[in-house]
Amino acid sequence: MELRPILSTLRRHKIATTLIVLEIAFSCAVVCNALFLIGQRLERIQRPTGLDESHLVELHVSGIGKDSDALAVTRDDLSALRAIPGVRAASIINQTVFGSNFGVSGISLRPDQDKPTATETRYLGGTQVIETLGLRVVSGRPFNANEFTDFQTNPTSTPESSSTPVILSQALAERLFPGQNAVGKTLYIDGTNPVVGVVDRLVQPRDNGRSAQYDYAVLMPSNLPYSRGTYLLRVADPAQRQAILKTALQTLRTHGPTRLVSSDDARTLEQARHSYYDDDRTMAWLLVTVCVVLLLVTAGGIVGLTSFWVQQRTRQIGIRRALGASKRQILNYFQTENLMLVSAGIALGMLLAYAINQLLMSKYELPRLPLMYLPVGAVLLWALGQVAVFWPARKAAAVPPAIATRSA
Amino acid sequence: MLAYYLNLALRSFRRNKALTALMVLTIALGIGASMTTLTVFHVLSSDPIPGKSERLFYVQMNALPDSQYDPGDRDELLQMTRLDAESLLKQGHGKRQAMMSAGSVVILPTAAGQSAFRVESRYTTADFFPMFDVPLKHGHAWSARDDADHARVAVISSKLNQQLFGGADGTGRTIQVSGQSLQVIGVLNTWAVNPRFYDLTNDEFGNSEEIFVPFSTAMDLAFPLSGSMWCWGDTPEGKTALSAPCAWLQYWTELGAGSDAADYRRYLDNYIARQHDAGRFKHPGDLKLLNVMQWLDRNHVVPSDVRLQLWLALGFLVICLLNTIGLLLAKFLRRSSEIGVRRALGASRRTVFAQYLVEAGIVGLTGGSLGLGLALLGLAIVRKQPADYAPMAHMDLTMLLATFGLALLSSLLAGALPAWQAMHVTPAIQLKSQ
Repeated sequence: MELRPILSTLRRHKIATTLIVLEIAFSCAVVCNALFLIGQRLERIQRPTGLDESHLVELHVSGIGKDSDALAVTRDDLSALRAIPGVRAASIINQTVFGSNFGVSGISLRPDQDKPTATETRYLGGTQVIETLGLRVVSGRPFNANEFTDFQTNPTSTPESSSTPVILSQALAERLFPGQNAVGKTLYIDGTNPVVGVVDRLVQPRDNGRSAQYDYAVLMPSNLPYSRGTYLLRVADPAQRQAILKTALQTLRTHGPTRLVSSDDARTLEQARHSYYDDDRTMAWLLVTVCVVLLLVTAGGIVGLTSFWVQQRTRQIGIRRALGASKRQILNYFQTENLMLVSAGIALGMLLAYAINQLLMSKYELPRLPLMYLPVGAVLLWALGQVAVFWPARKAAAVPPAIATRSA
Repeated sequence: MLAYYLNLALRSFRRNKALTALMVLTIALGIGASMTTLTVFHVLSSDPIPGKSERLFYVQMNALPDSQYDPGDRDELLQMTRLDAESLLKQGHGKRQAMMSAGSVVILPTAAGQSAFRVESRYTTADFFPMFDVPLKHGHAWSARDDADHARVAVISSKLNQQLFGGADGTGRTIQVSGQSLQVIGVLNTWAVNPRFYDLTNDEFGNSEEIFVPFSTAMDLAFPLSGSMWCWGDTPEGKTALSAPCAWLQYWTELGAGSDAADYRRYLDNYIARQHDAGRFKHPGDLKLLNVMQWLDRNHVVPSDVRLQLWLALGFLVICLLNTIGLLLAKFLRRSSEIGVRRALGASRRTVFAQYLVEAGIVGLTGGSLGLGLALLGLAIVRKQPADYAPMAHMDLTMLLATFGLALLSSLLAGALPAWQAMHVTPAIQLKSQ
């Protein structure tokens, strides 16, 4: 196909050509970045926590006033909860993943350090905590039964003398002791804390601070009173989760002192995850909608403009047909013209996409736009252009040669 | 003349129904998306306490020991220690001042058949109510004297009053709050400030707290706390003790209409200097005094997703406009011969320009009206979202006018170039080719 006649025609319609190229360029830039953002959100939504989420349910009870006997009540609660059929393990924990409670502390490698080496979130969990969460110990060992001590509101022993063992998430262990085995090392978090084990993954309850810290966590053994924690149950069969939650609520209502046991504070971990990522899901859907509508608008623009050009050039098309051009050649003419316009738009659009990405990077914590999104955007727009132009181009090809002999 | 142009425009629309519909729809989508996101942005970034926001200041200071002080470390949400907050409160240098924290407490029912429930609570000092213009329906708020006496009193919201006393005046009644008896002395009228600027460490948007208790009383009764607390040392007496090395309180001050912030700043500088003298720390103390809007701005209260959506929608509008310009241009220039005839018959360039601008304007206004409908639909969808600011997404008069402004502006913008091109059609050539 000869390109020169197409170019000279386009040159006679400079403004319209510029407009359609600009429109395609903007669409390309927005679509590339939107696809990238959608990818980022989807990746976030699927981040693993390291927990056996599909088998976990959580419930929280609120005390009414002071309960001096809370530790004993909690022990009774837990044995009642463990006795529910279908419950494989149960424990109490100070903060749950995707929950609103959230403790942060600093870790030092030396006892006399002023500034901590790293900031991490600290989980305190009672007996069976590792089995309940479904954490995978990749190095060292889980806590021994005798390491779970009762939580004390006002510790009588000074922190220096406490030597609670800790288990680290692998990411944190790697951050503190790069390339070494963390097990057997000593940390200074709350007194002197020997590292007894490393789990492959454990994350913060919520995103806090830099995303690189998301999987920095320590776990400490402590039998908490119910007033300071949330009960976690690991069930044998995920299908039983709602039934078990109901039974558990009933069990807690009938056991122990009068407390506030509300079904509002009971949910499966999957429900918790779902509502935690609500905003991200909304944003991803919104971006998908915008992309689709944007592409439809652009397609509409191409159809509209090409239709006008076809109408405007009806006489010329007729003359070409009379001079021996086949229908196929007329069709090809408009398809090639569209390919050129879209290609120019894409070339400009890629620069624009890159510029928008730079802007987003400076304003949000976002990585650079991976290059693979550019060809994806390009292919999408090329395909869109060809689909959009097909209908007007076919109308053009259908112009009878006899038109040439009539006056306009 | 305008009536004639309108008539011409209508004829033109009738000739190209599909194309006209496409242009109107494009503009409507662009306007609808932009106005939805602009309205959300407008609502979230508006002044929560107009008329007073200039005079209310959030006080921040860094009371870390020198060994842990890092001048590069800027914590935007940094709160006050109890020691500093109580000292400043006692000195009372501003017109009004209040320190506060929050939590959630369990309320026991007053009538049989009800069950206990949990509500959000605020622990604060007497000036809180006049300072933030909190409206009271029954009774009164507590006084500084009650603060000093650790009085067992509470002010409750009208919603809680409804729940507990069926809407009858609850003042004078005693309620059980986390196992303790408190006397209700006041009931609020509906009060919701959004964003809840006075404490950004808890939910930023939503209803106000259901129960307000004097800070000293809440500390006596060890009511549960929520929000953020940062401790940098051992806390043998507990994290809420007066001497605890923990930053966890919000401190607000109201300055008089005439007085200026610089004077209050000098007073705070002086306070820091006295801490230096007392040997508490030597670092500068990172004093900050921010009024409501500065405070909200610094803490990025408008969620970053909302900003992103706004930019996305404006980008979308630009593309829709480019699309409309292209289509209008093609449409107008196809009528070159018609323009040629009009010009040859004596129409000036200006009248041709006006005629085509009217046509573009009608497309724009029709698209704008449809876009308003889309924006209302969009806002209804936003309100269905789980985000905590969602229920606030309503269009107000300002945004309604802005919608039509934007629609008219964008259609004129879209129409100007094609109309300009149309008016420059050379009549002679057009007539010759007929």
